[in-house]
Amino acid sequence: MRTTTPPAPTTQATQATQATNSRALHRRRAATVGFHAGAGLLSVLWLIPIALVLVTAVRSFDDIAANGLGALPHSFTLDGFSQAWTDGGQQRALVNSLLVTVPTVLLSLLLASMAAFALSRYDLPGRRTLLLVMLGGNLLPPQILLIPVSKMAELFALHDTLWALIGVQVGFGIGFFVFVLHGFMRAIPAEVQQAAVIDGAGPAQIYWRIVLPLSRPALAALGALSFTWIFNDLLWAITVLRTETRMPITASLLGLQGQYVSQWNVIAAGSVIAAAPTVLVFLRFQRHFVAGLNLGAVK
Amino acid sequence: MAVLEEAPPVPASRPPRTRRRRGAATRVHPVVVTFVLLPLLIEGFWVFWPALQGFYLSVTDWDGISAAQFVGLDNFREMFGDQVFRDAAVNTALWLLLFGGLSALLGLGAALLLQQERRGVGFYRAALFLPVVFSLVATALVWQAMYQPDGLINNVLEGVGLDGLTRSWLADRDTALYAVLVPALWRQVGYVMVLYLAGLKGIDPMLHEAAKVDGATPWQRFRHVTLPQLRSVNAVVLSVIVIDSLRSFDVVWALTQGGPYHSSELLSTYMYSTAFESLRLGYGSALSVVIFVLAFGVIASYLVRAFREAD
Repeated sequence: MRTTTPPAPTTQATQATQATNSRALHRRRAATVGFHAGAGLLSVLWLIPIALVLVTAVRSFDDIAANGLGALPHSFTLDGFSQAWTDGGQQRALVNSLLVTVPTVLLSLLLASMAAFALSRYDLPGRRTLLLVMLGGNLLPPQILLIPVSKMAELFALHDTLWALIGVQVGFGIGFFVFVLHGFMRAIPAEVQQAAVIDGAGPAQIYWRIVLPLSRPALAALGALSFTWIFNDLLWAITVLRTETRMPITASLLGLQGQYVSQWNVIAAGSVIAAAPTVLVFLRFQRHFVAGLNLGAVK
Repeated sequence: MAVLEEAPPVPASRPPRTRRRRGAATRVHPVVVTFVLLPLLIEGFWVFWPALQGFYLSVTDWDGISAAQFVGLDNFREMFGDQVFRDAAVNTALWLLLFGGLSALLGLGAALLLQQERRGVGFYRAALFLPVVFSLVATALVWQAMYQPDGLINNVLEGVGLDGLTRSWLADRDTALYAVLVPALWRQVGYVMVLYLAGLKGIDPMLHEAAKVDGATPWQRFRHVTLPQLRSVNAVVLSVIVIDSLRSFDVVWALTQGGPYHSSELLSTYMYSTAFESLRLGYGSALSVVIFVLAFGVIASYLVRAFREAD
């Protein structure tokens, strides 16, 4: 906004303040311009790879072969998408990913909220130790579990099934979920629970009717966050699965890279397909998502 | 693009101290016990039991088919003479230092730049945060296109007259590790930024006001007000970074599989290929024990902090 000069006769003092005012204003404006220039440049730098992959995905193979990968596009086609989707097996892989991710998220939330409820609302002997043992399991480097888990899955005839993948993801993630939900649930006032006890409610009813609905914000945050984690997993998938047609989208994307060597339009389209679900979840549940990241931060 | 909004307030981490006994009875209800035991059994089956097996397997020689042979500490002794192991260990240390250090510095820098609520700041935050939701495999493929000989990076270098610097970044032994590091950083910085943004938000503005009144310069305020106030966030970031560094696998596996000539090999990728490609399950387990030992300090300190917070 522009400041108008007052029409009144100006004394030396007001002239001086005006000079400093306009200097301060200039400085502020310069700082604003500087901020947008710096932050804008940074954002553009961060978005370039994404823009490049979007552009590459809609170019034709001939265009890329003739003009090079880093050139400006001379074509527009969705062939890359259809090739990745059907011939490249991305459609099936996406279904596999969702078949693993959705049950894993729901089961983890259910089981972890049960444990967190019991540990935070009842005086169980050794509850603090139990909580930390469970969290400790989640902090283990997964490498130490890979060989035994793959062998165990074979032993129980779960090898190469989506069940094994769901099992290990639930088991490995549960400790972190319990820890976060425990922190949330113990902040619920004791009076709420006492009132329910007086009304004759048992623990199962208190859990399902009172504590779980009150924990909705934490459940939503964890749900949004863990959806992306589990959906994006590669290591567990290639450890317990063998058959190409059962692989989730991350592993299938690696396969696509081998199958369509240097057909960058197909590979780029595949990457877009693989990233789309988590981007959608992020955009839809943004607030929960960011909250979730901070929930896990132990101070 | 939508805009990153502030996180909803999380309930205070310390609840008002109430009487410890919340349930009416001293005897614990069987339902409550089941509620704890069921998840604990599942975690025990998929995590604790396999982890114990992992430790046991590290002192055996096993091909996965015949019975595992107990060999004592031979696997660990073998590591001393294993050049690939040494390369992988050095690369992992470099990775910890560069991936960890740079993502912390850049994340803090981005958070400081974008901490004030002002016009457009939501867009900038979202732009930096967006890669966090991509899988590391997708991230790897995006960058693989950039690194191609006819890709954007070489084109830009030629465009500004630095033709001498162009190379096939991922196939060059001297650059492969760093070429893999950049995509990993690209994805991590937004995450660290969000952690620091929350930390900066928690600083009482009065502290800055007071420092300003005392005539502190912006640098002094950063050094003596902001940094000390961020101590707890720094601890969180440190644990996240160390744990993530030692877990880093996907991005290397997707881009180079540790090559060329193990120049981008990390302990995690070496462990995986030893176990599942060379089928040396005993030696692979020993490598995973090394990774565990490296992570142990951080895990322990994380648990100690969690323990303090838990009650």
